[in-house]
Amino acid sequence: MTAAPLHRRPVGRYALRVVALAVALGLWQLLTSLNVDLWLRFSQFPTVADVARAFADRLSGPDYWTDLTDSLTRIVTGFLLAAVLGVATGVLVARSRLAEDLIGPILEVVRPIPAIALVPVAILLFPSNEQGIVFITFTAAFFPVLVSTRHAVRALAPVWEEAVRTMGGGRWRILGSVILPGALPGIFGGLSVGIGVSWICVISAEMISGQYGVGYRTWQDYTIVNYPGVFVGMVTIGVLGWLTSTAVELLGRRLTRWLPRTSYVPGARVRAVRPAQPQPSPKTAPEAEEARDEHLV
Amino acid sequence: MSTSSETATSTTSGGLSKKQTLPAQEGGAPARGTRLTLRAASLGRPDAPVLDDVDLDVAPGEILTVVGPSGCGKSTLLRTLAGLLSPLGGEIAQDGRPLAGPSADRALVFQEDALLPWRTLRANVELPLAIRGVARSDRRAQAEAWLARVGLAEHARQLPHRVSGGQRQRAQLARALAGSPRAVLMDEPFGALDAQTRAGMQDLLVEVLRGTGATVVFVTHDVDEALFLGDRVALLGAGGLLAVRDVPRPRDRSAHDDPARVALRRDVLTSFGT
Repeated sequence: MTAAPLHRRPVGRYALRVVALAVALGLWQLLTSLNVDLWLRFSQFPTVADVARAFADRLSGPDYWTDLTDSLTRIVTGFLLAAVLGVATGVLVARSRLAEDLIGPILEVVRPIPAIALVPVAILLFPSNEQGIVFITFTAAFFPVLVSTRHAVRALAPVWEEAVRTMGGGRWRILGSVILPGALPGIFGGLSVGIGVSWICVISAEMISGQYGVGYRTWQDYTIVNYPGVFVGMVTIGVLGWLTSTAVELLGRRLTRWLPRTSYVPGARVRAVRPAQPQPSPKTAPEAEEARDEHLV
Repeated sequence: MSTSSETATSTTSGGLSKKQTLPAQEGGAPARGTRLTLRAASLGRPDAPVLDDVDLDVAPGEILTVVGPSGCGKSTLLRTLAGLLSPLGGEIAQDGRPLAGPSADRALVFQEDALLPWRTLRANVELPLAIRGVARSDRRAQAEAWLARVGLAEHARQLPHRVSGGQRQRAQLARALAGSPRAVLMDEPFGALDAQTRAGMQDLLVEVLRGTGATVVFVTHDVDEALFLGDRVALLGAGGLLAVRDVPRPRDRSAHDDPARVALRRDVLTSFGT
């Protein structure tokens, strides 16, 4: 009985999204091809067709893919380092007074510095440009991850830890069975923010000091007044950023499925919200809600 | 020659006794409680001492209920027995040895929801077994057996927030007992439940505890619950232990007009000045 609405709804929503995107592109094409010059000047702006042509040219050339893989390698390396070290430092600072006193002040002083302002530091410190860019990317994501981990660990209910202690669990058991799984929702909040900031910084760093990379190419195109090329770069950045943050988002949702979700979740199946829904048979409903706990055991 | 034969026999007997005692301990077949003693103990946090000069002896296998008004230190007593709080003074011992921190030997059942919300009920019950190093398939089977015993067999794979408060407390009980502790410390475990569920839980508790032989310290603010469950009742008042009273047996919910029981109930209530 629920098959038709359940299927129609998501399809309808995806269609709506595609239409919205198409309308935006259509408007862009219209304004630029008609050379509209009101207060905003679209006459100098490349048309969608120009950008698409430039994109097609780029895709067939070798540089585009080198740029892409270079940028992705940098951001993935920097971001993974930030995720691991950010979570580790966050847990340490939240759990140990000594660690908080020792590294807390340093972290607080470094934190407000925009990662991109650390370019001189990166140039001085690292023997190669490549490592410098990864360092900038790392720093960008490190602090959001650290801060959200620290908050999440401090907000854990003490009773969970006490329960594990009275079962004879030690430090590492508490870390693995209480702190990390319990802080995971907060950690993923930090990772989501972190991946976004990482993109901003990897592109900026590439513009300043890169060789190859989407940011480098975009800046090159700008300096030689190849505007369609600049837009190819921007679209590429947008799509890559969207893909990576979606990946983080999906992973987070997968790992925190245990969270009681009562509110609206974008892209999630809408059910049990409508009050008039007939009672599902008691057998099937609980099974559908069963969780896979294996990955957290 | 004689020495070598002696060594040989002692080795074999050592090996034999190991083999014999292990399964018995694992199954928990023989009653195996533990004695908990407090001598002139003062309890609480250093900045806020709650109980002073407590002398209490909990015999192996007995159910001691502790009643008292809110804030009198019932939870403090229990958390100290669990090893989560150290005593401010005096001596607290298990079978004559002073307590040193929390141990799997003394399970604690909390009033609040202490199940880990990201683990299914079964995974929660498996936890003490995992900590003890029981193999995966083994602990899975044991956890399911415990859940079946508290009537949660069908909910084994559900997350805590998907089941009712009473079911969560049953799962907590199963988790506490799965580690086969020698003492079970219960901190108003049924405090948040409605009267009917509560009576059912009390019956279940008596039923489940039978055969484990565990020593139980059960804290409650409900005098009737204390009299129903306890072999003895400890009365806790402002600042210390007021009295410990024997409860007439057999345990029978319908015997509330039994004169001895009525007298005890009146005594208990008047000792708090109610």
